[in-house]
Amino acid sequence: MAGRAIKTRRLIVAPPPLTPSLKGEGDSEALTPPSPLWGGVRGWGYVIAEADPASGQRRMRNVLNYRELGLALVLIVGVGVIGAYQPVFLEWRNIGDILTETSVLFMMALAQMVVILTRGIDLSVAANLALSGMLAALVSQYYPDTPLVLMILTAILSGLVLGMINGALIAFLGIPPIVMTLGTLAVYRGLIIIIAKGDQVNASEMGVTFQAFPKMALLGLTTPVWIAILVSILFWVFLNLTRAGRGLYAVGGNPVAARYCGIDQSRQELLAYSISGAVAGLCGYLWVARYGVAYSEIANGYELTVIAACVIGGVSIGGGVGTVAGTLLGALFLGIVMTALPVLQITPFWQMAISGAVILAAVVINARAEKRPDKLILPEARRLGRDTRMLRRARA
Amino acid sequence: MNAPISPPPETRYTVLDAPRRGIRDVLMRWEVILVILLAATTVVNTMVSPYFLDVFNLADATFNFSEKAIIALAMALLILVRQIDLSVAAIVALAAMGIGYAAEAGFGPGALFAVGIGIGLACGVFNGLLVTGAGLPAIVVTIGTMSLFRGLTQVVLGDQAKTKYPQEFLDLGQSYFIKMKETGISWLFVPPVPLSFLIFLVLAVLFGIVLHKTATGRKLFAIGSNPIAARFSGIPVDRLTFLLFMVSGILSGLAAALLTARLGSMRSNIAIGWELDIVTMVILGGVSIAGGVGSILGVVLAVFVLGLVTFGMSLNNIPGQVVSVYIGALLIAVIAIPRIVDRLGLRKPAG
Amino acid sequence: MSEPILTLTGVSKTFPGVRALQNVSLALRPGSVTALIGENGAGKSTIVKILTGIYTPTEGEIRVAGEPKSFASPRDAWAAGIAAIHQETVMFDELSVAENIFMGHMPVGAGRLVDWSEMRAKAAALLKRIDAEIPPEFKLKRLSVAQKHLVEIARALSHEAQVVIMDEPTAALSANEIDDLFRIVAQLKAEGRAVVFISHKFDEIFRIADDFVCLRDGDKVGEGPLSDVTEPQLVRMMVGRPVDQVFPKRDVPIGGVALSVRDLSNATEFADVSFDLRKGEILGLYGLVGAGRTEAMQGLFGITPLTRGSVTLEGKPLSIRSPADAIHAGISYVPEDRQEQGAVLSLGIRENVTLANLVKHVRGLFLSRPSEQDETRRLGRRLAVKAANWEQRLGELSGGNQQKVVIAKWLATRPKVIILDEPTKGIDIGSKAAVHDFIGELAGDGLAVILISSELPEVMGLADRILVMKEGRVVDEFQRGKWSAEAIVGAATGARKEAA
Repeated sequence: MAGRAIKTRRLIVAPPPLTPSLKGEGDSEALTPPSPLWGGVRGWGYVIAEADPASGQRRMRNVLNYRELGLALVLIVGVGVIGAYQPVFLEWRNIGDILTETSVLFMMALAQMVVILTRGIDLSVAANLALSGMLAALVSQYYPDTPLVLMILTAILSGLVLGMINGALIAFLGIPPIVMTLGTLAVYRGLIIIIAKGDQVNASEMGVTFQAFPKMALLGLTTPVWIAILVSILFWVFLNLTRAGRGLYAVGGNPVAARYCGIDQSRQELLAYSISGAVAGLCGYLWVARYGVAYSEIANGYELTVIAACVIGGVSIGGGVGTVAGTLLGALFLGIVMTALPVLQITPFWQMAISGAVILAAVVINARAEKRPDKLILPEARRLGRDTRMLRRARA
Repeated sequence: MNAPISPPPETRYTVLDAPRRGIRDVLMRWEVILVILLAATTVVNTMVSPYFLDVFNLADATFNFSEKAIIALAMALLILVRQIDLSVAAIVALAAMGIGYAAEAGFGPGALFAVGIGIGLACGVFNGLLVTGAGLPAIVVTIGTMSLFRGLTQVVLGDQAKTKYPQEFLDLGQSYFIKMKETGISWLFVPPVPLSFLIFLVLAVLFGIVLHKTATGRKLFAIGSNPIAARFSGIPVDRLTFLLFMVSGILSGLAAALLTARLGSMRSNIAIGWELDIVTMVILGGVSIAGGVGSILGVVLAVFVLGLVTFGMSLNNIPGQVVSVYIGALLIAVIAIPRIVDRLGLRKPAG
Repeated sequence: MSEPILTLTGVSKTFPGVRALQNVSLALRPGSVTALIGENGAGKSTIVKILTGIYTPTEGEIRVAGEPKSFASPRDAWAAGIAAIHQETVMFDELSVAENIFMGHMPVGAGRLVDWSEMRAKAAALLKRIDAEIPPEFKLKRLSVAQKHLVEIARALSHEAQVVIMDEPTAALSANEIDDLFRIVAQLKAEGRAVVFISHKFDEIFRIADDFVCLRDGDKVGEGPLSDVTEPQLVRMMVGRPVDQVFPKRDVPIGGVALSVRDLSNATEFADVSFDLRKGEILGLYGLVGAGRTEAMQGLFGITPLTRGSVTLEGKPLSIRSPADAIHAGISYVPEDRQEQGAVLSLGIRENVTLANLVKHVRGLFLSRPSEQDETRRLGRRLAVKAANWEQRLGELSGGNQQKVVIAKWLATRPKVIILDEPTKGIDIGSKAAVHDFIGELAGDGLAVILISSELPEVMGLADRILVMKEGRVVDEFQRGKWSAEAIVGAATGARKEAA
């Protein structure tokens, strides 16, 4: 049923939509009747007038799709309203603080998106972050002379290995991702107690440079923000400009087709979970160093915040759909909610309830955008294109 | 698709009522693996600690998992039909808060249980409406309602605790519902049973019968195996799914009442992280996350395995999070080992 | 004759316990179209999968232009110049047309980064070559099935494939789209490529192919130029026995009106569908794929909501809001998509047979296994289901036997009206004959039968009356004895009206 489309005597290609709509990409309909503007019949269908690929509209759509534009709009309006009440919110320093606070979420959400793109999920990211952070803290405590770079590398490598364990078992044994990462979530958390012998590492026990690095600033932005920017660019390049990155979309979009294209699903999955792990490791260092403490409860439950950022950013839990820009906006949204509450003198206890409501709103909007269109068989329905609500009302 | 090498012509048209079962089929059943695990856990614990096989100690151990186990029964059915409810622990928190306020207002134990169950039901209806009414993926919806329900608890309660409960209510949660009775013969006695464990056992029997012996149970298996074909067969897929979310809410509310009565106090972080423990119970119990496969017996056995492991380790003063290493590893191992066996070609691949 | 571009010599493929292909040899010549024919399960798909590197043969040799090759992955097959257009479009709905064409071998520039502008330009050029001006940046989900096929062809060309395999490419296309496809096949042939064409439709095979290779149960049972054989000879080769009468029409007394449908409509799929159906009558519902037949019948069965219309069964007006209502009233619908909508593959035969009518097997509160077993045995034997035991999982049965179990499920509801949607699609000829025979038997038992089929001979062979649908509406009606294939097809395509 799914793949069956409507047969017409001539195949018709629709013009790209002229006006942006917030409902999403799918709004234009393949069977919109041709207008003279878009050329005449030839061979296999109506010829599209040469669209200028450099037109402003097209360029805009390359950066943000309509969904993301909508989310960006909501953010701008929201920030504007908050700023009207509390002008301090719009001060550069506060914006810097928001970005710093959200920097870990930016990176973690991007990493989670990569996993969700392959139809997977990684629930172990927060535990991974805490364990890798603990490892880095222990290195700093017991080997204070280690160069900072090596300490950061320790965290990244630890995260990478933990992620690869997930990836290897999921990819090569076919263990369902939710089961696997639920298991490693428990294991990694428990390991923290074991390696730290039940103790925690405090600020006084960590090295000075270890803690100072995330607090350094360049051009008014702290190092975590710069790292998040760099990581975001790397993700964008990876997902849009490399074969492996596009392969992730392929594997999540249609695993069978990906196999027919010679894309190795197992390798792609291993890659996705490894990336997720390595980013969690990096964030583990940043978290521990910034807050000056490492213990087993760090970032408890954070995996769900990360997934929430993805959902709000329009990543489809069904795989194959998601963009860097959307995910960043989703994370920013949560980051603003979290930082705006104290500014507005609302108790931080509202934070969780608000993110819950926002997640639900985001799913509803996503579902509307992804809804399978009506089958347009009747000629009058086809003439109306996708907007068949009118017709339904008329008939009811 | 493919022609068998040599179809034995004489058996080709005789269709047996049931397959001939080999010893291997019986041994590879999930429940058998769990029974072996359970036996191993008991043996190891008995060897390590002399206090393990004490009746009162075992009865007390059930306190720690019965509330989760009750919710696990509903979760098992949800996962069986390809859904999941990650908001259960948050429902427990919200319901426990309601119970806390109701207790302050002077309600009796019966009313407090009713308040808990009522709030649970309302939350379940909300989840059910979003999933079946609006057709949204359950995992995302319940991550959202998890935040929402616990968030509401935090908004109302802040950093306060609710600690005032009627004594009869606390007794229900803290003392044995069935008292120890000796008969004079050392091995024959009525063991002490806490209320929560008793409720779990009764519900487990009830769920087992519904799932494995009734038409409704068969319909759930059909939905989990192929929801579209189930719908075409006249099965009210959405209505049953909705019902399961309601059941999940009700049992979470019930668990909230039992938990509050046992603890005698509640904060907004009550039962935090339970959803993952409960999902672990269900998956270890052999319910397939892909839907359509599972048994209540398996879930009950998994509950016991996890309960006894936790109890045995706590007897040896092993901290909870280290126990979770073992449980997490166990979960991965029981899923991974059969697949590794398949990979090594020791068993014929299914299908 | 030119040298073969690709040869298979003594190729076998064995799966644990199953022999899918046995010692098959074939040769493809440039500039020729070779039809690969055989029943389902004869080994055609296995050959396609071996040629495209999805399977590796257990034995045998593949030579491309004389060079021995072994394909470890689809990539190796492409590199050797072999590409396939698969039966169901296996593509990426959420990605652009250009990406769909180049997935797996995207052009890369500096730093091994994907060169999007080159990819789009190349995609546009490829599409232009087959006269399909689909913008390369469109997301695939915006295209029709036929356009997706074109993208697949462009993908095959992007590999500079010397051998193009088409696995039932016409299954979902309308007559005009098939004409266009054949023009492209002719073009590929003229360019000196070898085409492997797989189809169940003999008229297409005789129209487009030069040679044939016939498979049966994994063995090659015949090959040669098509000009040397006739259709009955090919059928005999495929089946291994002569097919006497494929559609035996039974003489059944037709009773009073059972089902009366008036003005069945929904918003976008079908409108004003009205007909009467009598007891013992087989009503054929013919039309092109996508004419709204399935949709109208699913509306009648309560799957899709109606905006208008009334249904009367044996004089009683019905209000059908869900399949349960329809089943309760005595209407059964055997869906077209067996795997998705009909069979519950992971449940056993018994559980499938009783699924739509569980109420009947409830004793007290519980399901009665003996009662279920009786029903399963009775219906299973009546439909001659072949299985090891009645508890066997449906997924382990052949397509034909799965279909028999699905039909058994619907008979278990004791229907008065049974709607069969493409009941013989994708099942082997042996099972097909059994299903045809059984449809006649049902009518003989006094059931009213609606038969949706895209195979004209099937409808004409079985039906007492044929309704033709086009674009969501019933456009014509034909009585047995007063119809001709041309008239029916004309009504379905609208050709007749244009001529008039």
